[in-house]
Amino acid sequence: MTIDEVRTGLANGSITATAIAEQHYARIAADDGPDGKDIHSFLALSRDRALAQAAKIDALAKSGDALPVLAGVPVGIKDVLVMQGSPATAGSKILEGYMPPYDATSVKKLEAAGAVLLGKLNCDEFAMGSSNENSAYGPVRNPRALDRVPGGSSGGSAAAVAAGFATASLGTDTGGSIRQPAAFCGVVGVLPTYGRVSRFGLIAFASSLDRVGPFALNVRDVATMLGVLAGHDPMDATSSDRPVGDYSGALQKPVQGLRIGVPEEYFGEGLDPEIRAAIEKALDILRKAGCEIKRISLPHTRYAVPAYYVVATAEASANLSRFDGVRYGLRAKGANTLSAMYRETRDQGFGAEVKRRILLGTYALSAGYYDAYYRKAQQVRTLLTRDFLAAFNEVDAIVTPMTPSPAFKLGEKTDDPVKMYLEDIYTVAASLAGLCGMSVPCGATAAGLPIGVQILGRHFDEETMLRVGLAVEGAQ
Amino acid sequence: MAESGGVTEQDVLRVAELANLELTSEEVPRMQRDLNAILGHVTQLQQLNTEGVPAMSQVGEILGGAPEATGAALRPDTVRPSLDRKAVMAAAPETDGRFFKVPKVIER
Repeated sequence: MTIDEVRTGLANGSITATAIAEQHYARIAADDGPDGKDIHSFLALSRDRALAQAAKIDALAKSGDALPVLAGVPVGIKDVLVMQGSPATAGSKILEGYMPPYDATSVKKLEAAGAVLLGKLNCDEFAMGSSNENSAYGPVRNPRALDRVPGGSSGGSAAAVAAGFATASLGTDTGGSIRQPAAFCGVVGVLPTYGRVSRFGLIAFASSLDRVGPFALNVRDVATMLGVLAGHDPMDATSSDRPVGDYSGALQKPVQGLRIGVPEEYFGEGLDPEIRAAIEKALDILRKAGCEIKRISLPHTRYAVPAYYVVATAEASANLSRFDGVRYGLRAKGANTLSAMYRETRDQGFGAEVKRRILLGTYALSAGYYDAYYRKAQQVRTLLTRDFLAAFNEVDAIVTPMTPSPAFKLGEKTDDPVKMYLEDIYTVAASLAGLCGMSVPCGATAAGLPIGVQILGRHFDEETMLRVGLAVEGAQ
Repeated sequence: MAESGGVTEQDVLRVAELANLELTSEEVPRMQRDLNAILGHVTQLQQLNTEGVPAMSQVGEILGGAPEATGAALRPDTVRPSLDRKAVMAAAPETDGRFFKVPKVIER
Protein backbone atom coordinates (compact mmCIF):
# COMPACT_ATOMS: atom_id res chain seq x y z
CA MET A 1 0.00 0.00 0.00
CA THR A 2 1.50 3.35 -1.02
CA ILE A 3 1.00 6.72 0.68
CA ASP A 4 -1.31 7.76 -2.16
CA GLU A 5 -3.44 4.64 -1.70
CA VAL A 6 -3.76 5.34 2.02
CA ARG A 7 -4.67 8.98 1.34
CA THR A 8 -7.27 8.10 -1.30
CA GLY A 9 -8.80 5.34 0.82
CA LEU A 10 -9.19 7.62 3.84
CA ALA A 11 -10.49 10.51 1.74
CA ASN A 12 -13.24 8.49 0.03
CA GLY A 13 -14.10 6.58 3.19
CA SER A 14 -13.41 3.15 1.71
CA ILE A 15 -11.09 2.28 4.61
CA THR A 16 -10.17 3.59 8.07
CA ALA A 17 -6.74 4.20 9.56
CA THR A 18 -7.62 1.65 12.23
CA ALA A 19 -8.40 -0.99 9.61
CA ILE A 20 -5.14 -0.22 7.78
CA ALA A 21 -3.15 -0.61 11.01
CA GLU A 22 -4.96 -3.88 11.84
CA GLN A 23 -4.32 -5.25 8.35
CA HIS A 24 -0.62 -4.54 8.66
CA TYR A 25 -0.42 -6.07 12.14
CA ALA A 26 -2.21 -9.14 10.78
CA ARG A 27 0.32 -9.43 7.96
CA ILE A 28 3.19 -9.06 10.44
CA ALA A 29 1.64 -11.72 12.69
CA ALA A 30 1.25 -14.10 9.75
CA ASP A 31 4.59 -13.71 8.02
CA ASP A 32 7.21 -11.89 10.08
CA GLY A 33 7.64 -14.52 12.78
CA PRO A 34 8.86 -18.14 12.82
CA ASP A 35 5.39 -19.45 11.95
CA GLY A 36 5.36 -17.51 8.69
CA LYS A 37 8.19 -16.55 6.42
CA ASP A 38 10.40 -15.79 9.44
CA ILE A 39 11.52 -12.46 7.98
CA HIS A 40 12.06 -11.13 11.52
CA SER A 41 11.93 -7.46 10.59
CA PHE A 42 10.17 -6.25 13.74
CA LEU A 43 11.76 -6.43 17.19
CA ALA A 44 8.82 -4.82 19.02
CA LEU A 45 5.30 -3.71 18.15
CA SER A 46 3.82 -0.46 19.49
CA ARG A 47 0.21 -1.52 19.14
CA ASP A 48 -1.37 0.77 21.74
CA ARG A 49 0.34 3.85 20.42
CA ALA A 50 -0.43 2.96 16.80
CA LEU A 51 -4.12 2.25 17.41
CA ALA A 52 -4.56 5.41 19.49
CA GLN A 53 -3.07 7.43 16.65
CA ALA A 54 -5.22 5.61 14.07
CA ALA A 55 -8.35 6.38 16.12
CA LYS A 56 -7.34 10.03 16.19
CA ILE A 57 -6.93 10.07 12.40
CA ASP A 58 -10.27 8.35 11.91
CA ALA A 59 -12.01 10.94 14.11
CA LEU A 60 -10.35 13.69 12.10
CA ALA A 61 -11.44 12.11 8.81
CA LYS A 62 -15.01 11.79 10.13
CA SER A 63 -15.11 15.46 11.10
CA GLY A 64 -14.26 16.36 7.52
CA ASP A 65 -11.16 18.38 8.50
CA ALA A 66 -8.14 18.35 6.21
CA LEU A 67 -5.91 15.35 6.93
CA PRO A 68 -2.17 15.76 7.48
CA VAL A 69 0.15 14.50 4.75
CA LEU A 70 0.92 11.11 6.34
CA ALA A 71 -2.52 10.54 7.87
CA GLY A 72 -2.98 6.85 8.61
CA VAL A 73 0.26 5.80 6.90
CA PRO A 74 1.72 2.74 8.69
CA VAL A 75 5.41 3.31 9.40
CA GLY A 76 8.12 1.25 11.11
CA ILE A 77 11.06 2.74 13.01
CA LYS A 78 14.60 1.34 13.01
CA ASP A 79 15.48 0.32 16.53
CA VAL A 80 18.34 2.82 16.86
CA LEU A 81 15.81 5.68 17.15
CA VAL A 82 14.06 6.13 20.46
CA MET A 83 10.30 6.01 20.81
CA GLN A 84 8.67 6.53 24.18
CA GLY A 85 6.80 3.47 25.39
CA SER A 86 8.73 1.03 23.19
CA PRO A 87 11.99 -0.72 24.03
CA ALA A 88 15.09 0.59 22.27
CA THR A 89 17.79 -2.04 21.81
CA ALA A 90 19.92 -0.83 18.88
CA GLY A 91 20.07 -4.56 18.08
CA SER A 92 22.30 -5.05 21.13
CA LYS A 93 22.10 -7.10 24.31
CA ILE A 94 23.65 -4.19 26.18
CA LEU A 95 20.38 -2.25 25.85
CA GLU A 96 18.05 -5.19 26.43
CA GLY A 97 14.97 -4.02 28.29
CA TYR A 98 15.77 -0.31 27.99
CA MET A 99 12.67 1.89 27.75
CA PRO A 100 13.64 5.37 26.56
CA PRO A 101 11.82 8.25 28.28
CA TYR A 102 11.43 10.42 25.15
CA ASP A 103 10.83 10.45 21.37
CA ALA A 104 13.39 11.08 18.65
CA THR A 105 12.60 14.25 16.68
CA SER A 106 12.06 12.23 13.49
CA VAL A 107 9.58 9.99 15.32
CA LYS A 108 7.72 13.04 16.68
CA LYS A 109 7.58 14.65 13.25
CA LEU A 110 6.16 11.53 11.57
CA GLU A 111 3.45 11.21 14.20
CA ALA A 112 2.61 14.91 14.02
CA ALA A 113 2.15 14.42 10.26
CA GLY A 114 -0.39 11.67 10.94
CA ALA A 115 1.76 8.55 10.57
CA VAL A 116 0.79 5.43 12.53
CA LEU A 117 3.94 4.02 14.12
CA LEU A 118 3.72 0.23 14.11
CA GLY A 119 6.88 -0.66 16.02
CA LYS A 120 10.65 -1.01 16.11
CA LEU A 121 12.64 -2.64 13.33
CA ASN A 122 15.53 -5.08 13.53
CA CYS A 123 19.02 -3.92 12.54
CA ASP A 124 22.68 -4.76 12.90
CA GLU A 125 23.97 -4.13 16.42
CA PHE A 126 24.51 -0.35 16.78
CA ALA A 127 23.99 -0.15 12.99
CA MET A 128 27.32 -1.90 12.41
CA GLY A 129 27.01 -4.29 9.52
CA SER A 130 26.12 -4.77 5.87
CA SER A 131 23.91 -7.85 6.15
CA ASN A 132 21.81 -7.55 9.32
CA GLU A 133 23.52 -10.69 10.61
CA ASN A 134 25.04 -8.72 13.51
CA SER A 135 21.73 -8.20 15.32
CA ALA A 136 21.91 -9.73 18.80
CA TYR A 137 18.26 -10.74 18.31
CA GLY A 138 18.87 -12.76 15.15
CA PRO A 139 19.15 -11.90 11.47
CA VAL A 140 16.51 -10.55 9.10
CA ARG A 141 15.67 -12.48 5.94
CA ASN A 142 15.25 -10.84 2.55
CA PRO A 143 11.53 -11.02 1.65
CA ARG A 144 12.48 -11.35 -2.03
CA ALA A 145 14.68 -14.41 -1.38
CA LEU A 146 14.37 -15.89 2.10
CA ASP A 147 17.77 -17.61 2.04
CA ARG A 148 19.50 -14.26 1.47
CA VAL A 149 20.37 -11.24 3.59
CA PRO A 150 18.30 -8.06 3.34
CA GLY A 151 21.45 -5.94 3.55
CA GLY A 152 22.36 -3.81 6.53
CA SER A 153 22.39 -2.21 8.81
CA SER A 154 18.77 -1.08 8.25
CA GLY A 155 17.79 -4.58 7.06
CA GLY A 156 14.56 -4.64 9.04
CA SER A 157 13.51 -1.25 7.66
CA ALA A 158 14.02 -2.36 4.04
CA ALA A 159 12.50 -5.81 4.56
CA ALA A 160 9.38 -4.48 6.32
CA VAL A 161 8.57 -2.22 3.36
CA ALA A 162 9.42 -4.90 0.78
CA ALA A 163 7.22 -7.46 2.59
CA GLY A 164 4.25 -5.09 2.84
CA PHE A 165 4.41 -4.89 6.66
CA ALA A 166 4.65 -1.08 6.47
CA THR A 167 4.09 1.60 3.83
CA ALA A 168 7.30 3.35 4.80
CA SER A 169 10.01 3.12 7.42
CA LEU A 170 12.87 5.01 8.98
CA GLY A 171 16.42 3.80 8.70
CA THR A 172 19.83 5.24 9.34
CA ASP A 173 22.82 5.37 7.04
CA THR A 174 26.38 5.80 8.30
CA GLY A 175 28.23 4.09 5.45
CA GLY A 176 25.43 2.74 3.25
CA SER A 177 22.95 1.34 5.75
CA ILE A 178 19.86 2.76 4.01
CA ARG A 179 20.91 2.56 0.37
CA GLN A 180 22.41 -0.95 0.31
CA PRO A 181 19.44 -2.74 1.97
CA ALA A 182 17.05 -0.74 -0.25
CA ALA A 183 18.90 -2.17 -3.28
CA PHE A 184 18.94 -5.72 -1.86
CA CYS A 185 15.20 -5.70 -1.06
CA GLY A 186 14.00 -3.81 -4.14
CA VAL A 187 12.64 -0.69 -2.42
CA VAL A 188 13.57 3.00 -2.51
CA GLY A 189 15.82 4.40 0.22
CA VAL A 190 17.09 7.95 0.74
CA LEU A 191 20.23 9.18 2.46
CA PRO A 192 19.53 12.87 3.08
CA THR A 193 22.37 15.41 3.05
CA TYR A 194 24.31 15.57 6.33
CA GLY A 195 22.40 18.06 8.51
CA ARG A 196 19.11 17.82 6.61
CA VAL A 197 17.25 15.56 9.07
CA SER A 198 17.52 15.82 12.86
CA ARG A 199 19.34 13.07 14.72
CA PHE A 200 18.02 13.95 18.16
CA GLY A 201 17.02 10.63 19.71
CA LEU A 202 19.29 8.56 17.49
CA ILE A 203 21.63 6.17 19.31
CA ALA A 204 24.92 7.40 17.84
CA PHE A 205 27.39 5.23 15.93
CA ALA A 206 29.67 7.72 14.10
CA SER A 207 28.47 11.27 14.61
CA SER A 208 30.13 12.90 11.58
CA LEU A 209 28.47 10.30 9.33
CA ASP A 210 25.17 9.15 10.86
CA ARG A 211 22.00 10.20 9.01
CA VAL A 212 18.32 9.38 9.37
CA GLY A 213 16.30 8.75 6.21
CA PRO A 214 13.20 7.08 4.77
CA PHE A 215 12.40 3.85 2.93
CA ALA A 216 9.25 3.44 0.81
CA LEU A 217 7.93 1.55 -2.21
CA ASN A 218 8.41 4.41 -4.67
CA VAL A 219 10.13 7.73 -5.23
CA ARG A 220 6.97 9.79 -4.66
CA ASP A 221 6.57 8.30 -1.20
CA VAL A 222 10.16 8.89 -0.09
CA ALA A 223 9.80 12.50 -1.31
CA THR A 224 6.71 12.90 0.90
CA MET A 225 8.51 11.30 3.85
CA LEU A 226 11.56 13.52 3.37
CA GLY A 227 9.37 16.62 3.27
CA VAL A 228 8.08 15.71 6.74
CA LEU A 229 11.47 14.73 8.20
CA ALA A 230 13.70 17.53 6.87
CA GLY A 231 14.39 20.74 8.72
CA HIS A 232 16.29 22.41 11.50
CA ASP A 233 15.98 21.06 15.04
CA PRO A 234 17.18 23.15 17.97
CA MET A 235 17.90 19.85 19.77
CA ASP A 236 20.50 18.84 17.14
CA ALA A 237 23.30 21.37 16.71
CA THR A 238 24.43 19.62 13.52
CA SER A 239 21.05 20.08 11.83
CA SER A 240 20.97 22.75 9.13
CA ASP A 241 18.71 25.80 9.11
CA ARG A 242 18.69 25.96 5.32
CA PRO A 243 15.13 26.16 3.95
CA VAL A 244 13.56 22.76 3.22
CA GLY A 245 12.94 22.04 -0.46
CA ASP A 246 9.60 21.20 -2.02
CA TYR A 247 10.47 17.57 -2.72
CA SER A 248 7.07 16.44 -4.00
CA GLY A 249 6.73 19.55 -6.14
CA ALA A 250 10.19 19.00 -7.65
CA LEU A 251 8.99 15.68 -9.07
CA GLN A 252 6.78 17.58 -11.53
CA LYS A 253 9.84 19.00 -13.27
CA PRO A 254 11.21 17.02 -16.23
CA VAL A 255 14.81 15.79 -16.18
CA GLN A 256 15.49 17.06 -19.69
CA GLY A 257 18.75 18.97 -19.86
CA LEU A 258 20.18 17.57 -16.59
CA ARG A 259 23.83 16.54 -16.76
CA ILE A 260 24.41 13.07 -15.30
CA GLY A 261 27.94 12.06 -14.27
CA VAL A 262 29.04 8.44 -14.53
CA PRO A 263 32.26 7.85 -12.57
CA GLU A 264 34.49 5.27 -14.22
CA GLU A 265 35.86 4.12 -10.83
CA TYR A 266 32.45 2.62 -9.96
CA PHE A 267 32.45 0.25 -12.90
CA GLY A 268 35.71 -1.61 -12.29
CA GLU A 269 36.57 -5.18 -11.39
CA GLY A 270 34.20 -6.97 -9.05
CA LEU A 271 31.01 -5.46 -10.48
CA ASP A 272 28.46 -8.16 -11.26
CA PRO A 273 27.77 -8.19 -15.05
CA GLU A 274 24.00 -8.31 -14.58
CA ILE A 275 24.18 -5.22 -12.36
CA ARG A 276 26.40 -3.44 -14.87
CA ALA A 277 23.85 -4.14 -17.62
CA ALA A 278 20.96 -2.88 -15.46
CA ILE A 279 22.81 0.37 -14.67
CA GLU A 280 23.58 0.87 -18.35
CA LYS A 281 19.90 0.40 -19.09
CA ALA A 282 19.04 3.03 -16.46
CA LEU A 283 21.51 5.42 -18.09
CA ASP A 284 19.85 4.77 -21.46
CA ILE A 285 16.49 5.68 -19.96
CA LEU A 286 17.93 8.97 -18.70
CA ARG A 287 19.55 9.65 -22.08
CA LYS A 288 16.23 9.10 -23.82
CA ALA A 289 14.57 11.44 -21.30
CA GLY A 290 16.90 14.19 -22.47
CA CYS A 291 19.73 14.00 -19.93
CA GLU A 292 23.30 14.53 -20.97
CA ILE A 293 25.39 11.54 -19.81
CA LYS A 294 29.00 12.50 -19.03
CA ARG A 295 31.85 10.22 -18.06
CA ILE A 296 33.60 11.62 -15.00
CA SER A 297 36.41 10.56 -12.69
CA LEU A 298 36.43 10.46 -8.89
CA PRO A 299 40.10 9.54 -8.60
CA HIS A 300 40.29 8.80 -4.85
CA THR A 301 37.37 6.33 -4.82
CA ARG A 302 39.52 3.28 -3.99
CA TYR A 303 40.59 4.90 -0.73
CA ALA A 304 37.03 5.44 0.48
CA VAL A 305 36.56 2.07 2.23
CA PRO A 306 39.81 2.21 4.26
CA ALA A 307 39.27 5.90 5.15
CA TYR A 308 35.68 5.18 6.15
CA TYR A 309 36.54 2.24 8.42
CA VAL A 310 39.12 4.33 10.30
CA VAL A 311 36.89 7.40 10.76
CA ALA A 312 33.71 5.45 11.57
CA THR A 313 35.36 3.11 14.08
CA ALA A 314 37.27 5.93 15.78
CA GLU A 315 34.03 7.82 16.34
CA ALA A 316 32.24 4.63 17.39
CA SER A 317 34.88 3.85 20.00
CA ALA A 318 34.11 7.22 21.64
CA ASN A 319 30.32 7.08 21.22
CA LEU A 320 29.99 3.57 22.60
CA SER A 321 31.92 4.35 25.77
CA ARG A 322 28.60 5.51 27.25
CA PHE A 323 27.39 1.91 27.48
CA ASP A 324 28.90 1.01 30.83
CA GLY A 325 26.09 -0.48 32.89
CA VAL A 326 25.56 2.62 35.04
CA ARG A 327 22.55 4.48 33.65
CA TYR A 328 20.57 2.12 31.43
CA GLY A 329 20.45 -1.33 29.94
CA LEU A 330 22.48 -4.30 31.03
CA ARG A 331 24.73 -4.45 34.10
CA ALA A 332 26.96 -7.45 34.72
CA LYS A 333 26.15 -9.10 38.02
CA GLY A 334 28.67 -9.77 40.72
CA ALA A 335 31.47 -7.35 39.82
CA ASN A 336 32.83 -5.84 43.02
CA THR A 337 34.58 -2.78 41.63
CA LEU A 338 33.42 -0.09 39.22
CA SER A 339 36.04 -0.84 36.58
CA ALA A 340 35.35 -4.58 36.68
CA MET A 341 31.64 -3.79 36.31
CA TYR A 342 32.37 -1.66 33.22
CA ARG A 343 34.51 -4.34 31.57
CA GLU A 344 32.24 -7.27 32.35
CA THR A 345 29.10 -5.39 31.28
CA ARG A 346 30.68 -4.47 27.97
CA ASP A 347 32.02 -7.97 27.46
CA GLN A 348 28.60 -9.54 28.03
CA GLY A 349 26.64 -6.82 26.25
CA PHE A 350 28.54 -6.23 23.00
CA GLY A 351 28.68 -8.65 20.08
CA ALA A 352 31.82 -9.56 18.13
CA GLU A 353 31.50 -6.93 15.37
CA VAL A 354 30.93 -4.12 17.85
CA LYS A 355 33.97 -5.21 19.87
CA ARG A 356 36.04 -5.46 16.69
CA ARG A 357 35.12 -1.92 15.68
CA ILE A 358 35.68 -0.48 19.16
CA LEU A 359 39.12 -2.11 19.23
CA LEU A 360 39.97 -0.88 15.74
CA GLY A 361 38.81 2.66 16.51
CA THR A 362 40.63 2.75 19.82
CA TYR A 363 43.78 1.48 18.11
CA ALA A 364 43.52 4.14 15.36
CA LEU A 365 43.18 6.88 17.99
CA SER A 366 45.87 5.59 20.36
CA ALA A 367 49.20 7.29 20.95
CA GLY A 368 51.66 6.54 18.17
CA TYR A 369 49.00 5.58 15.60
CA TYR A 370 46.77 8.67 15.55
CA ASP A 371 48.64 10.44 12.74
CA ALA A 372 49.18 7.33 10.62
CA TYR A 373 45.55 6.23 10.77
CA TYR A 374 43.02 8.73 12.07
CA ARG A 375 44.56 11.97 10.80
CA LYS A 376 45.49 10.35 7.51
CA ALA A 377 41.93 9.11 7.02
CA GLN A 378 40.56 12.58 7.75
CA GLN A 379 42.88 14.03 5.11
CA VAL A 380 41.76 11.41 2.60
CA ARG A 381 38.19 12.37 3.50
CA THR A 382 38.99 15.90 2.30
CA LEU A 383 40.35 14.53 -0.99
CA LEU A 384 37.27 12.36 -1.53
CA THR A 385 34.98 15.32 -0.86
CA ARG A 386 36.95 17.54 -3.23
CA ASP A 387 36.55 14.88 -5.94
CA PHE A 388 32.78 15.21 -5.64
CA LEU A 389 32.77 19.02 -5.43
CA ALA A 390 34.84 19.20 -8.62
CA ALA A 391 32.53 16.72 -10.38
CA PHE A 392 29.45 18.68 -9.36
CA ASN A 393 30.84 21.71 -11.19
CA GLU A 394 30.21 19.76 -14.37
CA VAL A 395 27.22 17.56 -13.59
CA ASP A 396 23.93 17.89 -11.71
CA ALA A 397 23.74 14.34 -10.39
CA ILE A 398 25.92 11.22 -10.34
CA VAL A 399 24.68 7.73 -11.20
CA THR A 400 26.48 4.53 -10.11
CA PRO A 401 25.73 0.92 -9.22
CA MET A 402 24.45 0.68 -5.63
CA THR A 403 26.13 -2.62 -4.77
CA PRO A 404 28.84 -4.72 -6.48
CA SER A 405 26.65 -7.85 -6.28
CA PRO A 406 23.01 -8.68 -5.48
CA ALA A 407 21.87 -9.88 -2.04
CA PHE A 408 24.17 -12.65 -0.83
CA LYS A 409 23.30 -15.75 1.16
CA LEU A 410 22.99 -15.72 4.93
CA GLY A 411 26.33 -16.75 6.42
CA GLU A 412 28.24 -16.27 3.18
CA LYS A 413 30.50 -13.43 4.39
CA THR A 414 30.30 -13.53 8.16
CA ASP A 415 33.77 -15.02 8.58
CA ASP A 416 35.75 -12.37 6.75
CA PRO A 417 35.41 -8.78 7.96
CA VAL A 418 37.40 -7.29 5.06
CA LYS A 419 35.18 -9.03 2.51
CA MET A 420 32.13 -7.73 4.35
CA TYR A 421 33.54 -4.18 4.49
CA LEU A 422 34.18 -4.25 0.73
CA GLU A 423 30.41 -4.66 0.30
CA ASP A 424 30.34 -0.91 1.07
CA ILE A 425 32.59 0.03 -1.85
CA TYR A 426 29.98 2.16 -3.65
CA THR A 427 28.32 3.65 -0.57
CA VAL A 428 30.96 5.03 1.80
CA ALA A 429 32.44 7.83 -0.35
CA ALA A 430 29.14 9.76 -0.40
CA SER A 431 28.84 9.14 3.34
CA LEU A 432 32.26 10.68 4.02
CA ALA A 433 31.47 13.64 1.71
CA GLY A 434 28.10 14.34 3.35
CA LEU A 435 26.22 14.20 0.02
CA CYS A 436 22.62 13.17 -0.46
CA GLY A 437 22.02 9.86 -2.19
CA MET A 438 19.35 7.32 -2.92
CA SER A 439 18.83 3.79 -4.19
CA VAL A 440 16.10 3.15 -6.75
CA PRO A 441 15.15 -0.31 -8.07
CA CYS A 442 16.25 -0.72 -11.71
CA GLY A 443 15.56 -4.34 -12.54
CA ALA A 444 16.45 -7.79 -11.30
CA THR A 445 18.96 -10.53 -11.99
CA ALA A 446 17.95 -13.63 -13.94
CA ALA A 447 17.52 -15.33 -10.55
CA GLY A 448 15.03 -12.63 -9.56
CA LEU A 449 17.19 -10.70 -7.10
CA PRO A 450 16.54 -6.93 -7.06
CA ILE A 451 19.10 -4.48 -8.46
CA GLY A 452 19.42 -0.88 -7.27
CA VAL A 453 20.91 2.17 -8.95
CA GLN A 454 22.54 4.83 -6.80
CA ILE A 455 21.83 8.50 -7.53
CA LEU A 456 23.96 11.08 -5.75
CA GLY A 457 23.10 14.77 -5.54
CA ARG A 458 24.87 17.95 -4.46
CA HIS A 459 24.72 18.90 -0.79
CA PHE A 460 21.12 19.95 -0.01
CA ASP A 461 19.98 19.32 -3.57
CA GLU A 462 17.65 16.42 -2.83
CA GLU A 463 15.23 17.82 -5.44
CA THR A 464 17.44 17.05 -8.45
CA MET A 465 18.35 13.63 -7.05
CA LEU A 466 14.68 12.72 -6.57
CA ARG A 467 13.79 13.90 -10.09
CA VAL A 468 16.44 11.62 -11.56
CA GLY A 469 15.19 8.80 -9.33
CA LEU A 470 11.63 9.25 -10.57
CA ALA A 471 12.77 9.19 -14.21
CA VAL A 472 14.58 5.88 -13.68
CA GLU A 473 11.68 4.39 -11.72
CA GLY A 474 9.03 5.59 -14.17
CA ALA A 475 10.64 3.75 -17.05
CA GLN A 476 10.79 0.37 -15.27
CA MET B 1 55.13 3.48 11.59
CA ALA B 2 52.42 0.87 11.59
CA GLU B 3 52.86 -1.93 9.09
CA SER B 4 50.21 -4.44 8.17
CA GLY B 5 50.42 -7.58 10.22
CA GLY B 6 51.99 -5.59 13.02
CA VAL B 7 49.34 -5.96 15.69
CA THR B 8 50.56 -8.28 18.45
CA GLU B 9 48.55 -10.05 21.12
CA GLN B 10 49.93 -7.50 23.57
CA ASP B 11 48.55 -4.68 21.39
CA VAL B 12 45.10 -6.27 21.39
CA LEU B 13 45.13 -6.57 25.17
CA ARG B 14 46.39 -2.99 25.60
CA VAL B 15 43.71 -1.56 23.30
CA ALA B 16 41.03 -3.68 24.99
CA GLU B 17 42.08 -2.21 28.32
CA LEU B 18 41.91 1.34 26.92
CA ALA B 19 38.42 0.60 25.61
CA ASN B 20 37.21 -1.02 28.86
CA LEU B 21 36.62 -4.29 27.06
CA GLU B 22 37.33 -7.65 28.56
CA LEU B 23 38.14 -10.27 25.95
CA THR B 24 37.96 -14.00 26.51
CA SER B 25 41.02 -16.08 25.67
CA GLU B 26 39.29 -17.28 22.48
CA GLU B 27 38.50 -13.73 21.40
CA VAL B 28 42.08 -12.42 21.60
CA PRO B 29 43.60 -14.38 18.66
CA ARG B 30 40.48 -13.82 16.55
CA MET B 31 40.58 -10.06 17.14
CA GLN B 32 44.33 -10.02 16.48
CA ARG B 33 43.77 -11.78 13.15
CA ASP B 34 40.90 -9.46 12.17
CA LEU B 35 42.67 -6.25 13.18
CA ASN B 36 45.69 -7.27 11.13
CA ALA B 37 43.51 -8.06 8.12
CA ILE B 38 41.63 -4.76 8.36
CA LEU B 39 44.73 -2.67 9.04
CA GLY B 40 46.44 -4.42 6.14
CA HIS B 41 43.68 -3.06 3.95
CA VAL B 42 43.88 0.39 5.57
CA THR B 43 47.63 0.59 4.93
CA GLN B 44 46.95 1.56 1.31
CA LEU B 45 46.08 5.05 2.58
CA GLN B 46 49.83 5.51 3.08
CA GLN B 47 50.28 5.45 -0.71
CA LEU B 48 48.59 8.84 -0.95
CA ASN B 49 50.56 12.01 -0.52
CA THR B 50 48.43 14.14 1.79
CA GLU B 51 50.98 16.80 2.62
CA GLY B 52 49.22 20.12 3.13
CA VAL B 53 45.75 18.56 2.86
CA PRO B 54 43.57 19.73 5.75
CA ALA B 55 41.99 17.06 7.96
CA MET B 56 38.20 16.99 7.69
CA SER B 57 36.15 16.03 10.72
CA GLN B 58 32.75 16.84 9.25
CA VAL B 59 31.36 18.20 6.00
CA GLY B 60 30.38 21.62 7.35
CA GLU B 61 34.06 22.55 7.42
CA ILE B 62 34.48 22.11 3.70
CA LEU B 63 31.17 23.69 2.71
CA GLY B 64 31.74 26.69 4.97
CA GLY B 65 29.36 27.85 7.65
CA ALA B 66 30.10 25.07 10.11
CA PRO B 67 28.05 25.90 13.19
CA GLU B 68 31.12 25.98 15.43
CA ALA B 69 32.61 28.84 13.42
CA THR B 70 29.91 31.37 14.22
CA GLY B 71 27.83 29.89 17.00
CA ALA B 72 24.80 31.09 15.02
CA ALA B 73 23.30 27.64 14.82
CA LEU B 74 23.56 26.98 18.54
CA ARG B 75 20.33 27.13 20.48
CA PRO B 76 19.83 29.94 23.02
CA ASP B 77 21.41 29.18 26.38
CA THR B 78 18.19 29.32 28.38
CA VAL B 79 16.86 27.24 31.22
CA ARG B 80 14.27 24.67 30.20
CA PRO B 81 12.87 21.58 31.85
CA SER B 82 15.00 18.46 31.50
CA LEU B 83 13.77 14.89 31.43
CA ASP B 84 11.77 13.81 34.44
CA ARG B 85 14.11 12.28 36.98
CA LYS B 86 11.72 9.46 37.80
CA ALA B 87 11.52 8.45 34.14
CA VAL B 88 15.30 8.45 33.82
CA MET B 89 15.90 6.53 37.05
CA ALA B 90 13.31 3.94 36.07
CA ALA B 91 15.71 2.78 33.33
CA ALA B 92 18.73 2.45 35.65
CA PRO B 93 20.03 -1.01 36.59
CA GLU B 94 20.50 0.05 40.23
CA THR B 95 19.30 3.25 41.86
CA ASP B 96 18.00 4.66 45.14
CA GLY B 97 15.56 6.82 43.15
CA ARG B 98 17.84 9.87 43.32
CA PHE B 99 21.26 8.56 42.30
CA PHE B 100 22.79 5.77 40.23
CA LYS B 101 24.33 3.12 42.48
CA VAL B 102 27.61 1.54 41.41
CA PRO B 103 30.14 -0.86 42.95
CA LYS B 104 32.99 0.71 44.90
CA VAL B 105 35.12 3.09 42.87
CA ILE B 106 38.45 2.90 44.68
CA GLU B 107 40.22 -0.43 44.29
CA ARG B 108 42.56 -1.59 47.03
